[in-house]
Amino acid sequence: MSSKNNILSTSNLSIGYTTKKERIVIAENLNLSFETGKLIALIGANGIGKSTLLRTLTGIQKPLSGTVLLHEKEIHKYDSLSLAQNLSLVLTEKLPPSNLTVFELIALGRQPYTNWIGKLSEEDLQQVNHAMALTQMENLSSKKHHEISDGQLQKVLIARALAQDTPLIILDEPTTHLDLLHKVSVFKLLKKLAAENNKCILFSTHDIDLAIQLADEMIIMTEKDVVQDEPCNLISKGVFNSLFKDSAITFDDKKGKFIISN
Amino acid sequence: MKEVFKSLLGENASKETWEYIIVNFRLPKAIVAILVGMGLSISGLLMQTLFRNPLAGPYVLGLSSGSSLGVAFVILGAGLLPSFLSDFLLSSYGIILASCLGSFMVLIMVLFVSRRLRDTTTILIVGLMFSSFTGAIVGVLTYFTSAEQLQKYTFWSMGSIGNISWQNILILGIVTIVGLFLSILTLKPLDALLLGENYARSMGLNISKARYTIIIATSILAGSITAFAGPIAFIGLAVPHLSKLLFQTSNHKILFWSTLLIGAIIMLFCDMVSQFPGFDFTLPINAITSIIGAPIVIWLIVRKKSIQ
Repeated sequence: MSSKNNILSTSNLSIGYTTKKERIVIAENLNLSFETGKLIALIGANGIGKSTLLRTLTGIQKPLSGTVLLHEKEIHKYDSLSLAQNLSLVLTEKLPPSNLTVFELIALGRQPYTNWIGKLSEEDLQQVNHAMALTQMENLSSKKHHEISDGQLQKVLIARALAQDTPLIILDEPTTHLDLLHKVSVFKLLKKLAAENNKCILFSTHDIDLAIQLADEMIIMTEKDVVQDEPCNLISKGVFNSLFKDSAITFDDKKGKFIISN
Repeated sequence: MKEVFKSLLGENASKETWEYIIVNFRLPKAIVAILVGMGLSISGLLMQTLFRNPLAGPYVLGLSSGSSLGVAFVILGAGLLPSFLSDFLLSSYGIILASCLGSFMVLIMVLFVSRRLRDTTTILIVGLMFSSFTGAIVGVLTYFTSAEQLQKYTFWSMGSIGNISWQNILILGIVTIVGLFLSILTLKPLDALLLGENYARSMGLNISKARYTIIIATSILAGSITAFAGPIAFIGLAVPHLSKLLFQTSNHKILFWSTLLIGAIIMLFCDMVSQFPGFDFTLPINAITSIIGAPIVIWLIVRKKSIQ
């Protein structure tokens, strides 16, 4: 598992949280690995612990046991600045109201590199323009972020993460609230970024059928275990059938999608 | 007009009384107005971004009341202390210190409460409660104090930017500059906080350090100004909005300078109105700032509803 391309990996990781009285384990013995150039989808039913896994992988939350290694070094041993230069995030939360323009928002991604007052250097500007070109946001650059559509805003947030220039990008449900057209265009953008810019991109999603078609690997979280594999292997193993507890939802291997039977 | 410049430049104006009035009353008052306008406006700008709340400001969130409480403790309680201590406390430094500490405490409490509340308008109610609470404590203190000290406190609390000695202006000026300098250090973190704390953290920002720098800068500015000029309403809330409206940006590097400038202009204007040429009475500065500021707040709340 430990190849040169490995950016992030976990060994015997247990996730969950401890309250005063008890220890709640969400998943145990996770051995996952995330390599450059791969688009990886995280799938699981609501409340199964996707967010906890993402929070643990990004170092926000401590693991119950085991380790998360970023470039062979424990993620908790990074200081906040060098972590920000290795890992960027796209979150689901709504942005607070402000007058930030698209350009300014994307340029904020350069904060880990700028000086004490936040002045953009020549290289910073280049990175920002590069990020805007990759996401095709150039013609929106002077628009205010609250003036653009949800689909465009999602791409702006992805561009901000790109400007942060990190080998690893983690996105939390980037396609919720988007219509099919924009879902597909966000997914294709992520796929392109992973393949052509050698990023490792991990995202959680509920759009399983789209993820099966586009992701290089998938991580399936169920109550029993957590599996990481390529989508076609996961289909032949029949993992998707156990994804939801409802027996009326079954997975059709040939069509590659879920069927609802009455 | 010519005479005014003459006396400012140190030459003798034609009437000695004019020179005396300009150098010892009007000029100090104008300088204090500028310092107060700049300091309060910047502290409002910092608080609005920190609390992600367009309605935050030193007066509305109860910082001024916190300062009042600190000063009340010093002025009204000084009689109970040994004389060398009370002498220090009643000096300008003692009052500044008490005032800054008072606003710092209130700010910490508001921050603590606001982390439990997501709704931005509720924070205003919390600020209001702190104001009533500190008001009540001051009320209790006055009950136990002598008439002379009470009079001293009452004059202070009415708020005035006149009658401040050159020495105190120097102290106020230095403290304000320290506060403004600290604020400049927070401009980059403030920009990051525009995306919310989680994004800011993911971009390498040390949130708690940034938060404390912002709080300390705000308390120094609001506290020291309240110590000398008394509680002044709405400037800290209204001016950052005017500058956001005028410049249509959220970039704090631009907002800082524009807020500084507009704050000084508005406060000078309020001072001018309070001592209008041709009238021989002087209105309290607080009345003028409230007349201008309160409608702005109402307008902001109404406009915010229509956006959401």
